[in-house]
Amino acid sequence: MGDAVIEVSHFQKKYGAFTAVDGISFQVFHGEIFGLLGPNGAGKTSTLECLEGLRKPDNGSLKVGGVDPHREPAKLRNLIGVQLQSSGLPESITPNEAMKFFCAYHSVSPRFDLLERLGIQIKQNTQFYELSTGQQRRLSLALAVAHKPQILFLDEPTAGLDVASRVELHNLMRELKAAGTTIVLATHDMAEAEEMSDRVAILLNGKIVATGTPMEITAAGAGLTKVSARTQNACLSNQTVQFPAVSRQITKEDYEIYFSADISSTIIAIITHIEKHKDILIDLRVERPSLEDRFLEITNIGGAN
Amino acid sequence: MKAFIHHFMFEFRSGVRNKQLLLMNYLFPLGFYLLMGFIMPSINPPFLETLVPALVVFSVLASTLLGIPDPLVNARENGIFRSFKINGVPSISVLSIPALTTTLHLALVTAVITITAPLFFKAPLPVNWINFVIVFLAITFSSACISVLIGVVSPSSRMTVLWSQIIFVPSMLLGGLMLPYNMLPEIAGKAARLLPASHAMNAFNSLAMGKAADFSPWGSVIVLILSGVLAFLLAIFLFSWDNRNTKRRGNTLLAILVLLPFVISIFLK
Repeated sequence: MGDAVIEVSHFQKKYGAFTAVDGISFQVFHGEIFGLLGPNGAGKTSTLECLEGLRKPDNGSLKVGGVDPHREPAKLRNLIGVQLQSSGLPESITPNEAMKFFCAYHSVSPRFDLLERLGIQIKQNTQFYELSTGQQRRLSLALAVAHKPQILFLDEPTAGLDVASRVELHNLMRELKAAGTTIVLATHDMAEAEEMSDRVAILLNGKIVATGTPMEITAAGAGLTKVSARTQNACLSNQTVQFPAVSRQITKEDYEIYFSADISSTIIAIITHIEKHKDILIDLRVERPSLEDRFLEITNIGGAN
Repeated sequence: MKAFIHHFMFEFRSGVRNKQLLLMNYLFPLGFYLLMGFIMPSINPPFLETLVPALVVFSVLASTLLGIPDPLVNARENGIFRSFKINGVPSISVLSIPALTTTLHLALVTAVITITAPLFFKAPLPVNWINFVIVFLAITFSSACISVLIGVVSPSSRMTVLWSQIIFVPSMLLGGLMLPYNMLPEIAGKAARLLPASHAMNAFNSLAMGKAADFSPWGSVIVLILSGVLAFLLAIFLFSWDNRNTKRRGNTLLAILVLLPFVISIFLK
């Protein structure tokens, strides 16, 4: 781990009697992508807004790049870049004007190369309201990184993006990370969080209920590993066959799917069964529980598998 | 300074590019000017004497009261100010630039009115151009700052329309634009002094057009400037970056203080 560039300690945020964030603590280290996950109302946005200096925390301490976001906003603004969930630009501004406008306030030269990189150069003189949702979000991202911030906050960065734009955005995030930028990623997209994040924190009802690498979080759950097998003569289709550590079995198309708590014993038993019946294994797939499965398990929305 | 200029240039272009602002800055004032210029002198011949100042004051009221507050409310409601705050746009720029760009649009409209009024309608021009410019700047400053204050304290576009119309409609009726101040009943005359338009017309008629003043014309100029300063200071004090912030520095009712110079002006001789 490198140095902590974001330090959150016993942070609390209330709105009247409602506690949106209830004494959470975490650190984000230099050059890592930190995923902030949670269902709606979990406290993600309140946390981000306090880190971005938009709101005042009620308790605890926040440090972003060594700066108190609420007390030292002038120091904060060149340290951070923020892609807001709402677009946050005047409807008649063009991408060219927006780039000049924001770069001027950050005292840097306009980064028109970013408009080209993110595929909005052809729309550089189009008014913001005439851009598609994806183009608006890409412009918002270009503006967030134009002044080369040390810390980048991305709130649902791929919402509304097509596949190509999403890939381009992920490539850009990897480049920024390689260049030492620390990224805080708030997203509902678990596949994105699992793919991009070095570590994640899952927020629920204002508290952090899980934190660690995506691998650590998925491994810590009670999620069962999915083992799918297909044979030439369908010797597995006999539903009476019981394999060790399997708690549930379903049939889907030509596959028998087993949910196992111990994949090695289950797989050995399946292969032994196939050999015994002189059948031929055509396909065998093992799928670990995903971050989404674990997220659903933790937040108790759908239950794992 | 470079950032301020970029911001100013963008806002100025928006004033033409945005259909609503184009209407309020140019189409409505100039359309009304042509309509009044062609109709009113035949119905009410003395109106011609004050056509230029009356239509300039009308343009100022339309562009500021009907043009400035709503974009401010929309920008706050749509998170644009949040984005500005994160990127270091100072609140003084957010509040002053719409007022400054509107002043520039109004200068262009005023130039069109003063150039074309003698040609189209044989309307008299100001006899003192320096005073004309001073009064124009005073009424524009006052109305623009009051409009900014309305945009800052209004919780929604609907309330913006209400607050703006509370000033705009009485100004049309009592502000000396259509009916001279000295023809108003005494109580209506006192009430008229609560309106920026009355002071602008009084100052324009006396200081720029060479007519008799209804009350102290320089007093009117001072009232306009003081109200503008007060409105802008209140706007900065009450400004909120975010519609979701529950706490402001002060109660929005403080905005009523902007009436203070106008209330005092009732006692002007």
